[in-house]
Amino acid sequence: MNITNKEYGEITKRRSPNTKAGLSFTKAFLFGGAICVVGEAFLNLYTHLGFTRIDSGTLTSMTLIFIAAILTGLKLYDKMSKHGGAGTLVPITGFANAVVAPALEYKTEGYILGVGAKMFTIAGPVIVYGIAASALYGILYYIMR
Amino acid sequence: MDYLWAFLIGGGICLIGQALIDYTRLTPARILVIFVVAGVVLTALGWYEPLVDFAGAGATVPLTGFGYLLAEGVRRSVDSGGLLGAFTGGLGASAAGLEAVMIMGLIVAVLFKRGDKTT
Repeated sequence: MNITNKEYGEITKRRSPNTKAGLSFTKAFLFGGAICVVGEAFLNLYTHLGFTRIDSGTLTSMTLIFIAAILTGLKLYDKMSKHGGAGTLVPITGFANAVVAPALEYKTEGYILGVGAKMFTIAGPVIVYGIAASALYGILYYIMR
Repeated sequence: MDYLWAFLIGGGICLIGQALIDYTRLTPARILVIFVVAGVVLTALGWYEPLVDFAGAGATVPLTGFGYLLAEGVRRSVDSGGLLGAFTGGLGASAAGLEAVMIMGLIVAVLFKRGDKTT
């Protein structure tokens, strides 16, 4: 098969059914918004319980990660993602899912190179580039403040 | 009222992600990297903080909020500890979330059965 990437892209584009962009956008908006509302509810709860603003945010993230991890274990998060698209990918629950799902899936390859390594397939790059960007910002901030 | 803004801003940020999925060939991993780095850059420029004050979880729950957390942590650490803070602030601020995610990954892998369906 001698086809270039570009040609292949055009073929798949022609063959794949027209995605209902409107529907996928609506679902992403609704799922993403709903997850943030759940987050806001926990944020208010923890603030109400007397935690500082920063601690409340941290606890909210941990709570959402916990819920998303359990839903991933129960295979419910995958079902949600089929509808939610970016609405279930972009929130921190999607990040948790991106860690927990491969950890569970690659259990067959053992706990070291399966679970321990594969959980960073997506989280690894996110952490590396996030940390690198923040360190660069820290250096610039130190020089310019 | 804060719930409405959390919904609208959070949903709006996800809408940008959906546009990237539908109109580009970026993989989910790349989209998440873009969102985190964008969060760091927007926070560095001072544009993300107002959004957090305004929309609360609507701005902190999407992965741009993770970038905000990193950049904020670095800024605070540099303020209190000088240049070394640039290298401790990011992981320091995000430690709880990252630990939660790793520990939950391990717990779920141990306790749950993996699905055999191919996705």
